[in-house]
Amino acid sequence: MMVYNKRNDGRAFDETRDIEAKAGVIKRADGSAYFRIGKTAAYAAVYGPRDLFPRFMQNPKRGVLRCNYNMMPFSGMGERVRPGANRRAKEISMVTEKALSPVLDLDSFPNAVVDVYIELPQTDAGSRCAGICAASIALADAGLDMKDMVAAVSAGIVDGSVLIDLDYKEEAHEEGGVADIPVAMIPSTGEISLLQMDGVISKENLKKAIAMVKTACIKINEAQKKALKDKYICDVQNCDGDKK
Amino acid sequence: MGIEVNDKDIVVPGELLATGMDYVPAQGTYRIGEEIRSKKLGLVTVDGRAIKLIPLSGRYLPKRGDTIIGRVEDIAMSGWRLSINSPYSAMLSMKDATSEFIARGADLTRYYELEDYIVAKIINVTSQKLVDVTMKGPGLRKLSAGRIIEVNTNKVPRIIGKQGSMVSMVKTRTNTNIIVGQNGLVWIKGNDPKSELLAIETIRLIEKEAHLPGLTDRIAKHLGGGAAPEVRAEENMAGEDDGLQ
Repeated sequence: MMVYNKRNDGRAFDETRDIEAKAGVIKRADGSAYFRIGKTAAYAAVYGPRDLFPRFMQNPKRGVLRCNYNMMPFSGMGERVRPGANRRAKEISMVTEKALSPVLDLDSFPNAVVDVYIELPQTDAGSRCAGICAASIALADAGLDMKDMVAAVSAGIVDGSVLIDLDYKEEAHEEGGVADIPVAMIPSTGEISLLQMDGVISKENLKKAIAMVKTACIKINEAQKKALKDKYICDVQNCDGDKK
Repeated sequence: MGIEVNDKDIVVPGELLATGMDYVPAQGTYRIGEEIRSKKLGLVTVDGRAIKLIPLSGRYLPKRGDTIIGRVEDIAMSGWRLSINSPYSAMLSMKDATSEFIARGADLTRYYELEDYIVAKIINVTSQKLVDVTMKGPGLRKLSAGRIIEVNTNKVPRIIGKQGSMVSMVKTRTNTNIIVGQNGLVWIKGNDPKSELLAIETIRLIEKEAHLPGLTDRIAKHLGGGAAPEVRAEENMAGEDDGLQ
């Protein structure tokens, strides 16, 4: 019996929440971005390439990417999130690094580090995907060599219906099974650089979900591109939108 | 088939620039199969068959022959370490610093003290980005008085202008002395704070509008005093600005 045949917020199953993206929002950072999808918002700030200490972490062959994911204290759905690193944040920082490093070329920065700080002021599920999208814009804004951007969105199954971009209510749906699958994709090649899963899903449904993600990622990538271009087109009209 | 973008378009990483084999990828672009895509955020320049990108952002990467402004951040046994607004620092060794004889164990702060600003020239950069600089050359010296500002290194060519036309216009019209380092540090010294501030304001304006057409005229208007002078070959930067282009 299929119960969840209409989504809480009236979206179609293959429809993402509304997206807002901006580049160059943090003045003192080398690159920065804001990315919001529905009620989930992420800021990313890129610093570097710069000296990497402690020294044993340096790589003489190429630069190192270091990500830091952080949920702000009152960004969650329930209790105050205790500030600082925790096991979950550490894991997400690690997968974010791995999702972004395939596009990033740091060969000309041996022994240096590029730091990416992702801060989430408000979350409603899909925060690691929003973080990756923001970080990708910020890295491009910092002028680093990248073969492409990375777009990310979650897919899943809620009570028998395959859908994308789950919000918190859907993730916490009680009847039937729920699977939540964050996916990051490199739009030009269609390669997947992040794939995690929480829950149970059949092989057929997984394939269906990933196909839906691919279309959505191309749409997200368009928003990312527009954010970067707007930063400079803004200057043409002298609207002073650059690095407020 | 063919080119997908226009000259002077702003493109982002991964954007399709051209398809087919009629064009070749140059700086800031790469080929994947039949396609040429961009590798960074930049301005497209089509030069014959070559498609290249002029970067709009990014840190300074030291290059041999560049004249830069550095700050003495440390003093070592046989030289000085300079911070050069880049991921890497530069080393100024004793023999490249002065032609004077320096006795073993002499106090190096007699020549350059910590926090001093220096105009130096890069003589070598290794694969691991160890940078050596020299003070031997025209216009290379310690800077005293004046102000230092930091600008986007990718906008430095526009601040200098064709054969130094832009910076010399700012210099004459604000009555200041300016040295632009390739690494994005700019030294400005005028007779009074007002002229220095006007020069800083002008440089910030150039930096902000560097990628837009008609820059020279707008800057001339901003400074007042008539249209921009025509660039003549003999106007090539004289004196201290030699080699700073």
